[in-house]
Amino acid sequence: SSGINAEWPLRPGVKVRVRPDQLGVVTDGVKHSMNPFDENAVEEAVRMKQKKIVKEIIAVSCGPTQSQETIRTALAMGADRGIHVEVPKGTEADLQPLAVAKIFAKLIEKEQPDVVILGKQAIDDDANQTTQLLAGLVDWPQGTMASALEHSDGQLKITREIDGGLEDIKVKLPAIISADLRLNEPRYATLPNIMKAKKKKIEKLSPGDLGVDIAPRLTVKKVVDPPVRQAGDKVPDVATLLDKLKEKGHIKA
Amino acid sequence: SSGINAEWPLRPGEHDGANVNPATLNTVTAATKLGGSVHAIVAGDSCVEAGNNTAKIPGIEKVFVAESPALKGQIAESVVQVLLDIQSKNNYTHILANGTVFGKNILPRMGAKLDVAPISDIIGVESDSTFVRTIYAGNAIQTVESSDPVKLITVRGTAFEASPADGGSAATENVSSDINNDKSEYIEAKLSKSDRPELASANIVISGGRGLKNGENFEMLYELADKMGAAVGASRAAVDAGYVPSDLQVGQTGKMVAPDLYIAVGISGAIQHLAGMKDSKTIVAINKDAEAPIFQVSDIGLVDDLFKAVPEMIAGIEQQ
Repeated sequence: SSGINAEWPLRPGVKVRVRPDQLGVVTDGVKHSMNPFDENAVEEAVRMKQKKIVKEIIAVSCGPTQSQETIRTALAMGADRGIHVEVPKGTEADLQPLAVAKIFAKLIEKEQPDVVILGKQAIDDDANQTTQLLAGLVDWPQGTMASALEHSDGQLKITREIDGGLEDIKVKLPAIISADLRLNEPRYATLPNIMKAKKKKIEKLSPGDLGVDIAPRLTVKKVVDPPVRQAGDKVPDVATLLDKLKEKGHIKA
Repeated sequence: SSGINAEWPLRPGEHDGANVNPATLNTVTAATKLGGSVHAIVAGDSCVEAGNNTAKIPGIEKVFVAESPALKGQIAESVVQVLLDIQSKNNYTHILANGTVFGKNILPRMGAKLDVAPISDIIGVESDSTFVRTIYAGNAIQTVESSDPVKLITVRGTAFEASPADGGSAATENVSSDINNDKSEYIEAKLSKSDRPELASANIVISGGRGLKNGENFEMLYELADKMGAAVGASRAAVDAGYVPSDLQVGQTGKMVAPDLYIAVGISGAIQHLAGMKDSKTIVAINKDAEAPIFQVSDIGLVDDLFKAVPEMIAGIEQQ
């Protein structure tokens, strides 16, 4: 079986506003959706099931009540059942990657998956850590920034997107993978599948049920707006552009 | 306090573990802001020369060189074992890695083993326990404080000055750790070969977006880049569409760049792209849509058909 982490940050494209108390970003009343990389993770799990590499897909989300919506989306895409690890509303920003990884480590003990696929990074905290943390906690091999997966004989060949290009590694199952954007094209959940998903089971747990202390390790001291970049002038033609670049010394005069 | 800088030879396989990834020079600057002595480690299956080159970076006092076939490709499961071995013997207070795919791949795994919350991609050091980083694709800047006994940090290179690459004379020390890894194996890298400057550290970057329409059209950007001594980057849209390989991607989920000059060609300027380049000193935008968001951040904007403008630029520079 495989498990996926589905996260629930602000929808991409939504304007981000710093809170007046400067301790976070406004999230109340703002549209949320499944983290784009998690969509790739869910999609890959569904394809693995279609190829009979895995038999069952469990979709997991850690967050307030509304994160059940992302589990429903994952179920509509093809996951078999869900686990919602619920935290009180308003505390989700305190749920940091190490705590999430520890929750997942307990779920691994409970569910004994062969593959765990998460999204490479959450587009809210941009940390890119949970997969690596989890792999370290359970001492499983990791395949991060995966853009292609190939299964054979209890092993996965993983193509990773690295700084200089691509890299191939091989890991023995069980393993933890983080999905990159080009791993696949996530499917849209069809209406019939959305309806079917309503009947699929979502188990609700608390971090306490799993014996995990989720107290944040990093204290947020301040959140502020970035410096604003002012727009400059437009130039009428290439010749003027080149003159300006010469002035600045980017082109030899 | 002392720190290890875990780094990565620039082009494994191509230079055989000889050259230092330029991002390391920025990470060393960040490490020296913490005070105390700075040590470094180079790991791989063949990296003695990289170790020697690292020892030349001023500010570093000692370089550990961990060479072993088990470290081929700097595979995370093996590298972390070596780092833990060195940490157990030296008790560093801060462990830093480049905010590259390499650094991000290994440091959190080490964090799990030490039960420490890593801090990703810092852009500033306020104290030895307080750091600044961006969230929401750079739309907000967060200051965080860590109370962990060891701070594990990846460093965004563009936010720190590069230290000189020469002038230092650190001692090097060979390390041989017991590495037990039968769970993962490095196969091979397929690196983009290029004589152009490295994207993350180039002084000039010329990026193309969906407006280029296909991969062949990127040729004129490569030509312009060669005339200007620039690196070539791309928006996510161009990479997703298959115009260029993924290592050219600039943006929230690709590379962060902050060159002296960034020329965005046929790029609309989505927030996720801006996240990767808005710290550039001068931004030039060429786009036929006068309303494209990129013009809200560009210092010099040219509303024009790129298929006309870019060849004109090439011709104009040739005439110099």
